[in-house]
Formats: sequence, C-alpha cells, structure tokens
Amino acid sequence: MNVWIAIGLTVAGCYLAKLLGLLVPAGVLERPLVQRMAALLPVALLAALTAQQTFGDGQQIVLDARAAGLGAAALALVLRAPFLVVVGAGVVVTAGVRALA
Amino acid sequence: MAEQTAPPESTGTPGGISAGPPGPAVQDRPDKPDAAVVRDALGVGIAVGLSGFAFGVTSAGSGLSLLQTCVLSLLVFTGASQFALVGALAAGGNPYTAAAGAFFLGVRNAFYGLRLSQLLALPRAVRPFAAHWVIDETTAVTLPQPTRRAARIGFTVTGLTLYVLWNLTTLVGALGAEALGDTDAWGLDAASPAVFLALLAPMLKSSTERVTAGLAVLLALTLLPVLPAGVPVLLSALAAPVVLFLMGRTKRGPGGSNGSVTQRKKGERRS
Repeated sequence: MNVWIAIGLTVAGCYLAKLLGLLVPAGVLERPLVQRMAALLPVALLAALTAQQTFGDGQQIVLDARAAGLGAAALALVLRAPFLVVVGAGVVVTAGVRALA
Repeated sequence: MAEQTAPPESTGTPGGISAGPPGPAVQDRPDKPDAAVVRDALGVGIAVGLSGFAFGVTSAGSGLSLLQTCVLSLLVFTGASQFALVGALAAGGNPYTAAAGAFFLGVRNAFYGLRLSQLLALPRAVRPFAAHWVIDETTAVTLPQPTRRAARIGFTVTGLTLYVLWNLTTLVGALGAEALGDTDAWGLDAASPAVFLALLAPMLKSSTERVTAGLAVLLALTLLPVLPAGVPVLLSALAAPVVLFLMGRTKRGPGGSNGSVTQRKKGERRS
C-alpha cells in the first residue's frame, strides 16, 4: 500500500511540474536565481542517490561489489560509452566481483 | 532524463540522460525538410527508449510488482524520477520522502515546458496531453528546430517513439528480472547507481556543479546512519542552495553585500 501511495504522489507531482511549465506565463519562472537552483538541484540529488545506492545498506555504510561496479560504470562514462553500456558495465562487474568473492 | 540542465546535453532515460545533440545541421537550414526532423527525432527516441529496459529490471529488482513498475513508466514518464522512487523504496524509505525525492528531480521539466510553450504554441486543449511528454529528450530535439512546424514534428515524433519504446522495454525488463529470481546475484542492484552516475556526469560542467555534487555526497553518507531512509537524500539537496549562496558571496568579492539579483537590476554587473 505504501508503494502505491508513493507512486500516486510521484505521478501527480511530476505531471503537475510538466504541466505548470506549459501553462504559466513566460517570466514567472525566469528569475536567474530560480533557474540556477533548478539546474543545480538535480546535481545534488543525483550525486546523493549515487552515493547512497552504492555505499548504503539499510542504515549502514558498506564497501562491497557495487563500488567496483560503479567504478566500471565511471570508466565506461570516461570512454564515452552509450548509456546502456555504462549501466551494463556496472551490473556485469558487480556480478563478477560477487561471483569471485 | 538529461535531467538536468541544458537539454542538448542529456542522454539516457527519459528525463535523465542525454541523447546527444539532435544533429549539427539543424541550425543552418531555415527550411529543414520534415524527413530530417523525423530522422533526428527517431534517433533520440529509439536510443533512449530502449533504456526503459534498465528501469524495468531495477524496479522489479527493488521489489515493485509488474503492475507498479509499468504504471510508473506509463504515468510518470521521466526516468530519473522513476529510478529515484524505486531506489528510495528499496532502501526502506517511507512513501512521502521517496515521492518527494522523485518530485524534486521532476521539477526541471517545468523549466523545459516554459521554453517549449512559446515554441510549440499549442492550443490550450492540447496542452494537458502534450505536458506528459515534456522531458529532457523531447526538449533537446524540439528547441533547436528552425520553424514551428519542425518543432511540432520533432516534439511529437520524439515523444511518441520514446513513450512507446520506454514502456515496452520497461515491461520486458521487469519480466526478465522476475525470471532471474535473485537479482542481486546478477549485480542488478548496481544498475540504479550506474544510471544516476550516467545522468549526473554530463551535468558536472563547472566547479559549481562539482562542488555541489561533492557536498551532496558528503551529506548523504554522513546522514545515512543517523536519519530514517530517504531523509538523507532529501537533505543532501540543500547542497544546491548552500553552494549557490557561497559562490554568490565569493564572486561578489570582499566587502560585497548585495544580492546578485539586486546588483543586476542596478546594472552593476559582476566582472
């Protein structure tokens, strides 16, 4: 049930954000500070999510095979690999390290 | 979801990753043929649409049902938000903090819509439907088009292709993950951080972005052991205003006390 509550709120919130952009008069969201915040907020959130899902296990910080997978994904990014290859590299290396451990 | 910023940089999942520039030839031909617009749009739509597979796998691996996974792709349709939601739920976050994180990531779409609305000039009755397709990739294809007709074609073809493929591949990925059983043994729990990293990388253009990302990581990992699941990520978002504030002070130089907005109004631009 909790999952459906989260889904419902996300559906509504994300849709309203999209619709708002199409409906509000130009200028309302065009203040420089608002724009810079909008550009920087995803950076902070994505960085935090990456760290948490690589090193978090419940409420503990752990260093496990996922860190190796993330390293492989980072390397793929540096080599300008396509999106799915980046994700695939992270998955395959994580699975490989676990199989060897 | 090249969620992130300047639309042309995004490449990946709807709303998150960048699909690369729509094509170099776009700007110099005022009368771009429809076929060329369609080709650009299909290129982005197909490349990014296929990454719904990664979402389907991640979502099913996070414990969401097939129906829940597909509803997310059908009704949220903005990749980074979808990944953030299932990641937070898998980590044991409560539904409200999980949804809040997903929503904050989706806010950037409002800024895309703002720019698209003038370009597309859609009738009011169409806007509620078109809004669902306002994401990184459609914006990246639409904005550089030279004419309103080309912009509308680009938006529609990208949106339609991406929507259909993203949802089909979500379904296939979720079914595949269910068939695999223990998804962690296959390393699939690493898919989600890899996605976030791929979304984040193109956004780290200047030191402002890098410092923000570093501070957010620090906050997230420091707060993780002491706060309930989901909350550390939300608090890490504070890195954005903090860095903006600090950068503003630094750029203004010693003794400067006025806000940059005020300064600009007065015409005293910072050097």
